[in-house]
Amino acid sequence: MAEIRRRSKALAVNPLKTSSTTGATLAFLGVDRAIPMLHGSQGCTAFAKVFFVRHFREPIPLQTTAMDQASTVLGADDNVIQGLETLCRKQQPSLIGLPTTGLSETQGADVRRNVREFRSQHPEHDGIAIVPVDTPDYVGCLESGFALAVRAMIDVLVTADRSRVGRRPKQVNVLVNASLTPGDLEHLRELVESFGLRPLIFPDVGDSLDGHLIADDFTPLTFGGTPLSEIMALNEAAHTIVVGRSLDSAADLLAERSGVPDTRFDHLMGLSANDRLIQLLAELSAHGVAPRIERWRAQLQDAMVDCHFMLGFARIGIAADPDLLLAMAEFVTGFGAEVVAAVAPDRGASLGDVPTAAVQIGDLEDLETLAGAAGAQLIISNSHAADTAERLGVPLLRAGFPQYDLVGGHARQWIGYRGGRQALFDLSNLLLAHHGRHHAIAPYHAVLRAPAPGAGTCPPSQHRGGRH
Amino acid sequence: MKPSEVSALLDEPACSHNRKSKSGCARPKPGASAGGCAFDGAQIAMLPIADVAHVVHGPIACAGSSWDNRGTRTTGPALYKIGMTTDLTEQDVVMGRSEKRLFHAIGQAVASRRPPAVFVYNTCVPALIGDDLEAVCKAAARHFEVPVVPIDCAGFYGTKNLGNRIGADAMVRHVVGTREPDPLPESVVNDYAARGITIHDVNLVGEYNIAGEFWHVAPLFDELGLRILCTLSGDGRYHEVQTMHRAEVNMMVCSKAMINVARKLEEAYGTPWFEGSFYGISDMSAALREFARIIADPSLSERTEALIAREEARIGSLLAPWRTRLAGKRVLLNTGGVKSWSVVSALQDLGMAVVATATKKSTEEDKARIRELMGPDAKMISDGSARALLDLMTELDADIMIAGGRNLYTALKARLPFLDINQEREFGYAGYQGMVELTRQLALTIESPVWSQVRAPAPWATTQVARRSRGPVDEDDLIVPLDDISASSPVEEVA
Repeated sequence: MAEIRRRSKALAVNPLKTSSTTGATLAFLGVDRAIPMLHGSQGCTAFAKVFFVRHFREPIPLQTTAMDQASTVLGADDNVIQGLETLCRKQQPSLIGLPTTGLSETQGADVRRNVREFRSQHPEHDGIAIVPVDTPDYVGCLESGFALAVRAMIDVLVTADRSRVGRRPKQVNVLVNASLTPGDLEHLRELVESFGLRPLIFPDVGDSLDGHLIADDFTPLTFGGTPLSEIMALNEAAHTIVVGRSLDSAADLLAERSGVPDTRFDHLMGLSANDRLIQLLAELSAHGVAPRIERWRAQLQDAMVDCHFMLGFARIGIAADPDLLLAMAEFVTGFGAEVVAAVAPDRGASLGDVPTAAVQIGDLEDLETLAGAAGAQLIISNSHAADTAERLGVPLLRAGFPQYDLVGGHARQWIGYRGGRQALFDLSNLLLAHHGRHHAIAPYHAVLRAPAPGAGTCPPSQHRGGRH
Repeated sequence: MKPSEVSALLDEPACSHNRKSKSGCARPKPGASAGGCAFDGAQIAMLPIADVAHVVHGPIACAGSSWDNRGTRTTGPALYKIGMTTDLTEQDVVMGRSEKRLFHAIGQAVASRRPPAVFVYNTCVPALIGDDLEAVCKAAARHFEVPVVPIDCAGFYGTKNLGNRIGADAMVRHVVGTREPDPLPESVVNDYAARGITIHDVNLVGEYNIAGEFWHVAPLFDELGLRILCTLSGDGRYHEVQTMHRAEVNMMVCSKAMINVARKLEEAYGTPWFEGSFYGISDMSAALREFARIIADPSLSERTEALIAREEARIGSLLAPWRTRLAGKRVLLNTGGVKSWSVVSALQDLGMAVVATATKKSTEEDKARIRELMGPDAKMISDGSARALLDLMTELDADIMIAGGRNLYTALKARLPFLDINQEREFGYAGYQGMVELTRQLALTIESPVWSQVRAPAPWATTQVARRSRGPVDEDDLIVPLDDISASSPVEEVA
C-alpha cells in the first residue's frame, strides 16, 4: 500500500497533468463518425487538437463553442445550441461529445439544459446522439476525464433494460481506460475474436486513431471507432471486461443498467493479468486455449527469466496517470525492479495499490527531485519527461500522453504476453546501454605505473578510427 | 609446434595436476567434450594486452566467432578490441599463399595502427598446410621494424588449458626480459619516500580485469606501495610484459592456467611466487598478506594489516544487511579448478552453504581443501553435463547455480536462479568492493519474483507445469561421495 502524498507546492513545474477535458475528448474520438465540441473558448479546443495531432500524427476532428467576451459574461447557451445545430446540419455525425471546460464551468454553464433546449428547438436532429459531460480542467486529469465521458455515453445511450443480457451470446463488451493504445486495442480485438467471441470495444480509439489511410481525402468526423448502434447494444452482451479502475463508476452504471456481469482488471500488463484474461476468455467461449497463446505465454516467461538480471533491483521512477502508474509499477516490480519514485498528476482509485512506498501527487519536477534523490536508473513517463531524464542522466521509456518526439508511440502494444515481452526487452535494453555507459566500474589509473614509453609523442588516438 | 613441444608444455612440474590426477590436462574425449581449443586458450589469455595488434592467422571461423566477446577492460589503448585476421581463402590454402598474406597482414596492421608489437596466433589450417609461422614473423619483424611474436596455438594441439600455456610460453620466450622497467616520475618516488614507504615491484599472472574488476583492487596496491610491473594480461601493455623479470614476487591469480610463467620466471630469475585470489574477503586479505610475507618488509606487513583491518570492517558493515538475506541459501557451484575454493570461501563469508562443487579440473590438493572448507556433507560434481547439474540442483534442493556462461540458459530454461562467474560476465566481483557487487547479484537472482511466476502453471492448465524429467542417471558417474574420491574416474570436460 502506497502512502499518497498531497500536492505540496504552489507552483506546478514541468506539469505532468493533462486536462480532464482533453481526456473526455479522447473518449469521444473513440466513437465512429463522432466529433467532440468543447464548450469553451477557441483556445481550449485548439490546444487539445494540437495535443492529439502531435501524439497520433492524425487529423483530429474537434470543434468549439467559441465563447467570446460577450458570451462569457452574458451567457453562452446560444453558443452551445448554435454549435450543435451547425455540426448536425453540416456534418451529420452519429454523435457529438460535449465536454465542458474550466471557462464554461466557472461561468456556470448547464450543458444538459442546453441539450434539452436544442432537442426541443431542433427535433429534426433527434437521430444524432449528444453527450454532455462536466470536465472542468480544475478537476481530475486525462484519465478521469476519459472515464467521465465513457460514463456519460453509457448514461445517455444505454437504456435501463436488464432483460436483454446475453441476447448476443457471443458479444463481450470491453470497456477500456485511457491507458490502452490503439496498438493495445487492436491486439485485444484479435485476441477476443480468436476465442470465437465478438468483442465490443468501447471506446475504440484502436479503430479510429490507429493511423490508416482512407479512400476519402478528408472527413470532418472520426473515421472508425465504436459505432453508435453498438454502444446502444452494450446491454445485450453476455459479459463485460473492464480495464482500469478509473472506469469503476462507468462500469457500475453499465452493470446496473444492463445486468451484464463484468470482470474487472486493473491493467493487462505482465503475466498474471494476462493469465486471468485468457482464463476468462476460455471460460466465456468454452474454447480451449490455442497453442499459439500458450507459446506467447512461454515466450514471455522465457524473457522474464532472461531479463531478470537487468531488471532485478533496477531503480525506476514513474510519472503517469493513476491507472497507468499502477500498471507500469506492477509490471516492473514483477521482474524484481523497485519503483523508487512515483508521481501521479491527481488522485485515483489505483494509487493506493501502487507497489511503492509513496505516490506523490505532483509534476515532473517532483519526479526529477524524487528520482534524483532515490538514484533512479530509468524513468517511465511521457515525452515531456525527456529533458527530465536527460538532466537525471538516465534513459526514458515513453508511455502515456503525450508522445510527440517519436513516431509510433500510439501504435505500441504494451498489453498481452507479446506486448509485455517487448516492453520487457526495451526496458532491459535501455538499462543495459545505460549500465555500459554510466555504471561500469570506473577505470583506475595506478599511481605506481610508469607512463608508456614515448607517451606524449604517440597519442592513444592513433589506435582508434576506422580501418584503412 | 612439434609433438615434443606440446608434451613439454603439458609436463608442468609446478602444477599439482602433474603428479596424480591429470584430469585438467587430459585429452578431450570425442563426443563428450565441451570447451575451447588451444587457439581459444591462447587468444583468451593474451588478448587483454591492450596495445598490441592481435592478428589471427587462419580462415574466418577462428577469429570470426571469437573476436570482441570478452569483458576485459583497459585504462588506455584499446587496440585489442580491433579484430584482425588473415581470413584465408581457398586460393590462399590451395596455392600456398597464406604465408605471403600473413606477411602483408602484419604490414597492414603496423602501417595502419602503429602498435608496439604484433602477436600472431596460428590456427589449424595454416598449421596443417605447413606455414612457417616463426619464419614469417621473424621476417616481418625485420622488415616492418616492430616486434612480431608468433604464438603457435593451432586448435588441434589440445585444450584451452594448453592454449593458455602456449600463449604464456610465447611471452616468456619472446618478450619477457627484453627491456628494463621505466622509472617512476620523481614526484611519485619522492612522495612515497617522504611517507617512509619502500616501493616493491610485483607481477600478477592470470588476472584479466574482467568488467574492470581489478580497479576495485588496484588502489590498494598503490596504497601499500606495491608497484605492479605487469599484469599478465588484464589491462596489460607490451612494454610491461617485457619487464616482468624484474619483479620481487609473482602472484598466480586464481588459476593454474599460466603456471608455467611463474615457474620459468622462478627458474630464470629466482622470483618467488604464490597462488592466490582476489575473490572473497578472506582470500583478498590472504593475498595481500602473502605479498607482505614474501617481500619481508616489516613496514609493509604493518601497513598491510592496518589496511586489511580497515577494509574488512568497511565491507563488513556494507555486507551486513545482505548477509541476513543470503544466509543459509544453498549453492551449487560449477566452476573449474582453483576458482572453486576461492569462490567457496567468498560464499561462506556471506553465510551461504555450498552444497556441491565441480571438481573435474581440481587436483587432489584442491579436493582436500574443498573438503576442509565445505565439510563432509558437500558433494563433488564430476559430471558437468546440463542434465546432471539440473538433477543435482533438485536433489540437493539448491537455491542457485553459480557457473560459467555456457550453463546460464540451461539453468534459466529450468527456471533456476543463476550467477555467471566466468569471463563473459558484466559485473566485477574482485576485491573487497567486488564482494558487494557479488552479493547484490546473488540476491538479485535468488530473490527475483520471476521464479514463482514462471514456475506456476497457467490457470487453464490441467496438469502441473512440466518438471524436469528424471531419466535414468548413473549416480556413480554423477556424484562422488567425498570419502570415496580416490575411487573416482571423473568424466573429462574442458571449459
